Amino acid sequence: MPFQESNFKRFVEVGRVVLLNAGPSAGRIAVITEIIDHKRAMIDGPTTDVPRQSYPFKHLTLTPHTVTALPRAAGSGVVKKYLEKEAIVEKWTNSVWATKRAAIEKRRALSDFGRFSVMLAKKQRNDVVRKAVVKAKKA
Amino acid sequence: MARSKEIAPGVGRLSRSQVFAKRALYKGAKKNEKPAAEAPAEYTEKTVGGEKNGGKRLVPTVKAPRFYPAEDVRQPKKSRKSPKAPSVRSSITPGTILILLAGRYRGKRVVFLKSLASGLLLVTGPFKINGVPLRRVNQAYVIATSTKVDISTLKVDEKFTDSYFAKPTSKAAASAEEEFFEDGKPKAKEPIPASKAADQKEVDSALLASIKKTENLSKYLKASWGLSKGQFPHQLVF
Repeated sequence: MPFQESNFKRFVEVGRVVLLNAGPSAGRIAVITEIIDHKRAMIDGPTTDVPRQSYPFKHLTLTPHTVTALPRAAGSGVVKKYLEKEAIVEKWTNSVWATKRAAIEKRRALSDFGRFSVMLAKKQRNDVVRKAVVKAKKA
Repeated sequence: MARSKEIAPGVGRLSRSQVFAKRALYKGAKKNEKPAAEAPAEYTEKTVGGEKNGGKRLVPTVKAPRFYPAEDVRQPKKSRKSPKAPSVRSSITPGTILILLAGRYRGKRVVFLKSLASGLLLVTGPFKINGVPLRRVNQAYVIATSTKVDISTLKVDEKFTDSYFAKPTSKAAASAEEEFFEDGKPKAKEPIPASKAADQKEVDSALLASIKKTENLSKYLKASWGLSKGQFPHQLVF
């Protein structure tokens, strides 16, 4: 059988950057340092305040980022060095995914008056857009 | 304890309040009694004949009874309980914008001024912005927002008490016809007393000045609050 490349792009592998969805570190990113079994992995995030721990895959989301050539079962110090070398945290915070998450969180934390102000701002923007469309249609 | 059969010596079957309800003494209690006439003088001065008797003597107007009651009459227990002043939620402080959830003005956003002795909250629209007058509301039917109006310049008058808002006592109309109609026409609305309108204006004038300082705050107070699809009040931050 000829070798066929997988259609998948993100794999559970040592060096894979993951987003945590549950627990006290929910919302932060970490790196898989070792795969324990088909349910859990060892993760570590020394630059994002995530302690080295085992984590079920059920509560992880794989991100497109990887730390290249991270040695298996590396300790926190080594992981930190690799993370900083590739500026993984920066890459993550600048990604569309992370910025969207931050925006959603910001909206959720808005007070009633804040929501009202957003509504007004949206109305204003829509008005500008509508006028521009009408103008463009006429031309 | 005739009504409250003892279940143990000195312990009645019914509580004090249950006995009170059973005895139904309150049914006979009269309200609005005229103030008692001035008590007659305890002693009257009388002139006494005889030179060694001092000429005058104070004689009690009401003779003391000749006999003491043979049996002791039980004195009702005096209640030492007094109603506590209700506390207001910590999120509600003077100047907080509240969302009314019940009553005629439900959905309106109003400004909290102070809490009254009864535990009700004194709020105002202000009337000029959203039509809510000076009004008392129950804090249970209110959402407190984190938005606050600076009302340090506003001096809330002492006269705004619970009695200020009490309805004037008026006799019930003899018939339903009389209540709603006058000369075959619907009765004209009673105008709001000028003093209350003036009070409203006075409170609002200071409030409006501080509301103006924040952009869109006036618009915010004018708009009513509601939930749209997918919004749940317990998940929202106010």
